[in-house]
Amino acid sequence: MSTLKFTEDHEWVLTADDGTALIGITDYAQEQLGELVFIELPAVGDIVIKEDAVAVIESVKSASDLLMPVSGEILEVNEELDSDPGIVNEDAMGAGWFIKVRLSDESELDELMDEDKYLDGLDLD
Amino acid sequence: MTDINENIQHTALYDLHIELGAKMVPFAGYSMPVQFPMGLAKEHLHTRSLAGLFDVSHMGQLRLKGENVAAALETLVPVDIVDLQPMKQRYALFTNDNGGVMDDLMVTNAGDHLFVVVNAACKEQDINHLRQHIGNDCEIEVLEDYALLALQGPQAAAVMSRLATGSEELVFMTAAKLEIDGMECFVTRSGYSGEDGFEISVRNDKAKQLARTLLAQPEVEAIGLGARDSLRLECGLCLYGHDLDAQTTPVESSLLWALTKSRRADGERPGGYPGADIIMAQIANGVEKKRVGIKAEGRMPVRDGAVLVDADDNEIGVVTSGGFGPTVDGPVAMGYVKTQFAAPDTELFALVRDKKVPVSVVKLPFVKQNYYRG
Repeated sequence: MSTLKFTEDHEWVLTADDGTALIGITDYAQEQLGELVFIELPAVGDIVIKEDAVAVIESVKSASDLLMPVSGEILEVNEELDSDPGIVNEDAMGAGWFIKVRLSDESELDELMDEDKYLDGLDLD
Repeated sequence: MTDINENIQHTALYDLHIELGAKMVPFAGYSMPVQFPMGLAKEHLHTRSLAGLFDVSHMGQLRLKGENVAAALETLVPVDIVDLQPMKQRYALFTNDNGGVMDDLMVTNAGDHLFVVVNAACKEQDINHLRQHIGNDCEIEVLEDYALLALQGPQAAAVMSRLATGSEELVFMTAAKLEIDGMECFVTRSGYSGEDGFEISVRNDKAKQLARTLLAQPEVEAIGLGARDSLRLECGLCLYGHDLDAQTTPVESSLLWALTKSRRADGERPGGYPGADIIMAQIANGVEKKRVGIKAEGRMPVRDGAVLVDADDNEIGVVTSGGFGPTVDGPVAMGYVKTQFAAPDTELFALVRDKKVPVSVVKLPFVKQNYYRG
């Protein structure tokens, strides 16, 4: 069963049954960043740990890092974002995913928020 | 933190910004709108195609009065003020004893006084500087009760002609006292977007009404400081504190055009301003570094602070302003390079997150300035 989890840094993690997960930024995050103009993605095969800055998100306003919400190996990157980073603005939670990872420590997921808790946090901002 | 929040100042349009849904950020001691719900890129493109309204009330507005006020101000700037004709405006620079730039400013001969606009972050310093050096020669009035609005864009003139009789008489860098929809304003045809446009000085108690009147025009949208920055950068205009500073001279800053002929070595009133010897020697002998345009290949912006290196990894310069230009639809930047690397088409690299990004030196501006010269 797939589960969707969130971080305080406005990233989402969608896990699958096979120990892999898709990672992206939330709709709130893309709205705050404004129009994205460039995304630098990591290399497939990279071993990364939680909190590592693995991707750079450049908007018209600023550059920000995508911090790894979990540890693992990069299995795939969304190459569509190279030519059209605007996909993230249009569909941050779907077609605008950044990377697919193989989780090295599934217990890290327990530290992440579920959707209700994440959305509650936004209301407080 | 609380202290900072308590001390932060509001312009006369603060409530209106909030009402319009602006994202507010602290800037030079003021809470200012960095963007409105339209968003930076769209605000930028709107200003280039129609007209944008900017609140620039955080900037310092001063009146300098006195019989010899023009001659007095000339002792602080390398620019001709004495022959500045009534209702004409000129770009100027306060220099320090080393020839560095203390601030850049606009000076208008308003008839019975000089109307001066200085940068928000330099306001206190500039007022002290003026008081210290020419306080005995002229009266210095700080216009605390005035807001400053900038209406910029190719349709700005059409909007103004609808609301203010006489606005069509103005050309770039001239001024007039005008009534806009019944409100008394001091208007210059200038601005900092690279587009045609106006800067409008109006009493604080009328500012909101004036802004609403302008925003009610179909061409006009409220624009934040974010777009102001990308607009000026595309047009090659300097931002004080980034592209200009107290350690860098106007010759190094490629602002030779602003140093009026009459104040140069062979002019009628040569020198006589702080750092004149250094600046005149640099004009005669050249400088070791220069401000140039920097164009990155691809779409990744090269931002402020990025180090520039040559093919052999020697550090030869630094980016002082950089970002993404919505009109160019690509990265735009400017910075300083050693003079031997300043020729257009020189190929360099910018270090971005420890990677070497290929860039080249380009002629500024990236987007042609579109001023109305009559």
